[in-house]
Order: sequence, then structure tokens, then C-alpha cells
Amino acid sequence: MHEYSLVQSLLERVLEQARAHDATAVHSVTVRIGPAAGVEPDLFATAFEHCRQRSRVSAEAELIILSENERWSCPMCQSEIGRGHQLSCPSCDWPLRLTAGDALSLERMELEVPNHV
Amino acid sequence: MCDVCGCGDTKIVPLEIQENLMASNDRVADHNRRHLQDKGQVAINLMGSPGAGKTALLESIAHCGARGRQMMAITGDLETDRDARRIERAGIRAVPITTGTACHLDAEMIHRALHAHAGAECRYVFVENVGNLVCPAIYDLGQNANVVAISVTEGEDKPLKYPVMFRHADLVLLTKTDLLPALPDFDLAAFESALAQVMPAPRVIRVSARTGDGIDKWVAWLDELHPGSATREHDHHHHAGDNPTPRKEGAAHA
Repeated sequence: MHEYSLVQSLLERVLEQARAHDATAVHSVTVRIGPAAGVEPDLFATAFEHCRQRSRVSAEAELIILSENERWSCPMCQSEIGRGHQLSCPSCDWPLRLTAGDALSLERMELEVPNHV
Repeated sequence: MCDVCGCGDTKIVPLEIQENLMASNDRVADHNRRHLQDKGQVAINLMGSPGAGKTALLESIAHCGARGRQMMAITGDLETDRDARRIERAGIRAVPITTGTACHLDAEMIHRALHAHAGAECRYVFVENVGNLVCPAIYDLGQNANVVAISVTEGEDKPLKYPVMFRHADLVLLTKTDLLPALPDFDLAAFESALAQVMPAPRVIRVSARTGDGIDKWVAWLDELHPGSATREHDHHHHAGDNPTPRKEGAAHA
């Protein structure tokens, strides 16, 4: 359940931004979690639901989780190979490299800021 | 609504961030890596399920001549310092970290442990992570290499079930091989095939801490990590645009 640790540090980062912008509330938080990131999106969402309550500013924040496709490619011939195969290039026998799918990032957030600030 | 003055009038301000969620951990991990490098130390993050034999793997190499005096171990467990005491009895200086409820060690915990034992003269720093095939995988600690221990009793399909852990491994130690005669269903070829589907350059050493089989190969692998040789930096979170040189040479099986 490292998802709770991740959400806690995410919310610290989000609230830091909210303070810096004099926001009264966090409207939404968008993260990207790839299928090879080692993080379970459902658990992440549950942890967020729980942890956002700790601050009035984040209590109503909506969590948006984006994904991405997992891709492996040969660093020599650049050919792409899907999952479920041996992770070495069929032509070059070179170890494949994960080129996408392990994203674990805070993409953007929306803050509610009073008009007069 | 605005609760500064109660005017009820707010605007939505979008902020593009594009920041890795592991960024703060990774900054501390990089600091640890520099610290270890400056001291000429090699750090190994030893991971695996509870009961995979991680502590026995450390005990097994402590008995190899004088090498025990050149190692220290940082052991992570939810509760108790039992592993640290076992390792100390084998002759390796050990620092226990009890994580309470946390299922993994992070870079900050290692940073504190390294500072608390800054005077320790050693060549290898082993981090015996919390027994868990999931959570520790994504936390960079500043190590030079990840070693995953998996025992023959865990079954040959574990790499497919826990791909992230095995993808991050530089070496897999298949432990408790002395039990293989009692496990006719364990198919080594199937295990290695499963591993090759999640680990781009699979490297496996079969060991038995009980009989000592394969321990010499595990020690030889550690010797390759000597500070004189090139540092293996981890590819945690870095992929697109990296230079195409693989971090592992070939796909040699030990």
C-alpha cells in the first residue's frame, strides 16, 4: 500500500501550490499512472479520497487519473515489441527498453482563487 | 466560493506541473548515491517476499573470509530488529530500521541510517528491504544495483505476477535450491522464461544458503560491482531519450 505514501506526498505538493497562489480550494488534480508504474490506480484513488479530507483546501478536490500505453522497443533497431514476449529484440537479440508505460506524474491541477487576489 | 471575504466569487486557475510523483524521493536518492560514491561504497538494494531468504543471503556471504568486515547492512522490517541481530551475529554491522506500518524503505530512511553510521568503514552497504514483492520496487534509494531474492517454494510464475519488481532487478537470486528435490513441480525453464518476459536482460544465480551452493557466484557478482568498475545507475523513471546503450551487458545466465 505504497499508494498512501505517494498520495500524501502528492497532496503536500498540491497544497504547497495552493498556498503559493492564495487558492481557497483545489478544484482538481490530474495525475498520470502508467500500467508499468507499479502503482494501482484504484488504490491510489481510494487513498486520495481519504487523504484529501485532511485539509479544508483539498477536501473537495477531484482526482483525474490518466494512463498511457506500455511500450517496449529495441535500442538498436528501434522496433517495438508488445508485452507478453521475451524482452529481447527478435532481430538484434538486444535487451529491450521500456519507452512508455511507467509514467507516475502530477500533470496539472486547477485551483480556486478569489477574484480580488 | 471565496472564504477570504465571503464574496463567493472565485476563478479557476489551471496549473501545468508535469512532475514525477517520485521527485522528492529521487532527489534524496541521488544525494545518497553521491554520498556512497564519495566514500567508495557500493550499495545493494536486496528485495523479495517475506521468507525469501534475504537475511540468509547476507549471512551466507559474511562467512566468506574477511569480507564480512567490509560490509554493513541496513535492515527494514515493520517490527523488531531480529534480522539486524541475526546479521550482527554473522559478523556484519547491521542497522535496523523499523518502519511501523510502511511497506517499503524510502531514500530518506536510508539517508538517516547512513548518517547515523557515517563512521562505518565498509565497501558494501546492503539494504535488506521490507519483505514485499510490490511496494519497494519503485523507491530508488541511491543503490548501485537491485537484487531480488525469490525462493523455489514461491513458484515459477512470480515474475509474471510481480513484473515491476523483476523489471527493476539487476540480479535475481533463486534461493533455497536445496529444496528442489522435494519440489518436482518447480520448472526451472518455466521460471527463466517467465523472468525473460519481465526482465530485459535476465540474470539469475541459483543459490542455497544452507548448502553453500552458488554462494561463490553471488560473491563473484558482488566483486563485479567494485567501486573501480562503472557505476550502474538505475533507470527508474528515465526512459525516452536516453542513450541507447543498455545498462546490462548481454543476457548471460549465471
